[in-house]
Amino acid sequence: MESRKEDARRMVSVTINGEMRQGLAEPRTLLAYFIRETLGLTGTHVGCDTTSCGACTVLFDGEPVKSCTVLAVQADQHQIDTVEGLETDNVLHPLQQAFWDNHGLQCGFCTPGMLMTSVALLQKNPHPTESEIRHGISGNLCRCTGYVNIVKAITDASHKMQKEPAEV
Amino acid sequence: MFPSAFEYYAPKTLDEVYGLLAQYGDEAKILAGGQSLLPMMKLRLAAPSVLIDIGSLGQLSSATETAEGLSMGALMRHKTIETSHWPHYPLLRETAPWIADPLVRNRGTIGGSLAHADPAADWGAALLALGASVQIESRDRIRHMALEEFFVDLYTTALEPQEVLTRIVIPVPATAATFARYLKLERKVGDFAVVGVAITVSLAIDGTVAQAGIGMAAMSGVPFAAHQTESLLVGRQLTPALIKEVSESASQEGDPESDRRGSAEYKRSMARVFVERGLSQILQQWESTQSA
Ligand SMILES: Cc1cc2nc3c(=O)[nH]c(=O)nc-3n(C[C@H](O)[C@H](O)[C@H](O)COP(=O)(O)OP(=O)(O)OC[C@H]3O[C@@H](n4cnc5c(N)ncnc54)[C@H](O)[C@@H]3O)c2cc1C
Ligand code: FES
Ligand code: FES
Repeated sequence: MESRKEDARRMVSVTINGEMRQGLAEPRTLLAYFIRETLGLTGTHVGCDTTSCGACTVLFDGEPVKSCTVLAVQADQHQIDTVEGLETDNVLHPLQQAFWDNHGLQCGFCTPGMLMTSVALLQKNPHPTESEIRHGISGNLCRCTGYVNIVKAITDASHKMQKEPAEV
Repeated sequence: MFPSAFEYYAPKTLDEVYGLLAQYGDEAKILAGGQSLLPMMKLRLAAPSVLIDIGSLGQLSSATETAEGLSMGALMRHKTIETSHWPHYPLLRETAPWIADPLVRNRGTIGGSLAHADPAADWGAALLALGASVQIESRDRIRHMALEEFFVDLYTTALEPQEVLTRIVIPVPATAATFARYLKLERKVGDFAVVGVAITVSLAIDGTVAQAGIGMAAMSGVPFAAHQTESLLVGRQLTPALIKEVSESASQEGDPESDRRGSAEYKRSMARVFVERGLSQILQQWESTQSA
């Protein structure tokens, strides 16, 4: 098949979680699949695959986007951050710790996307109100928690990060 | 889910874009934010054999404001507009947060939204209310066109295969006292409108309406400007009685269809409620600036 031809693929280089990585991708390969299957980082989840749920959220040049709706070739020479990049030296990011402490997850499927959206939210707005948090995560669906503990976790993390500013 | 295979180009200049459009004609599609096109390609509702990604055309990503108006590059993302501050054009900031969700707004562009021409799109309604026009460029010519003429039919615009929508131009409002509201009914957060109503009103010092724009989403087969209602407002004092009168008129404009989002009757009735609510809020806001 034409699409299987080796020359239909091209080299895509990304800086992912601070590390330069590259791999071959067909133009039609979606970023979520490139991250999971080519780069082997399976923390980014694919939920709906129809731009609706936000489970696939990664940071693209610092902004959270749905990686099932971006082509891998569009990410060439760009910076990507995924959930794997959050912890440092085996210490969880304050948001990860807060999700743990506040039962901000049940099955955990939405969590990588929730975390990436929240990381960007707190960077832009370190002291969000409950309403700002709820609007901020409105592109990320959770089928388990009812959101209450997710909102609590983000609020908790915002307080803790205020005390001890964390990197990312 | 994967789109069908295609060739991908990411030109750096408009000239290269024209070259590719000339070479591939209507086999090619322009890719802007990809937030309408890629979902359609994944569902195989669209299968272009060539994608021309215009994302690296930096000159289309910014806006310039002059005494005549605001000229916005087609590649400006919904999120950039949401966080920009143009005091003469409050409707832009009112509308942007209602589009999709924050993640989609980080990628989707204003030009992509207009070129996609969904009758329920929020920018369509807002920019019609603002009396915007579009700049369309191809290798041989630049043309300008009122947005109302640009929207031809459901998902259909006046763009020809070799053309690119480059800028959206909004004329400066008639007075500095310009107020705006965007009201939208959605079934769930981030969804397209059941009904959306965009209102912008410029008031003279004595409170008469110098200029009014009312645009509607999902009230017709194309984004729709409620001209009859606009003309009822102009030259008159904004009062609760006038607001009642024009909201009745607004619900009679347009030609909504019954669909899974709601019946035509329900949509008309919500258009009336939104016009009344939006104008009442604007009246209140104006009164509070008067007493302050
Ligand atoms: C989950 C979800 C919810 C959404 N909800 C809403 C909503 O509530 N309200 C709303 O208004 N929209 C909504 N959208 C659509 C969103 O606003 C898109 O961003 C927008 O419709 C298309 O913009 P884009 O830049 O992503 O365009 P693309 O998807 O890249 O392109 C769309 C079409 O326009 C053409 N095109 C793009 N740019 C140009 C150009 N400069 N010149 C010529 N042709 C061009 C493309 O070829 C394509 O046919 C939603 C989308 C999703 C995925
Ligand atoms: S998997 Fe990307 S939005 Fe659901
Ligand atoms: S924890 Fe299960 S979907 Fe959110």
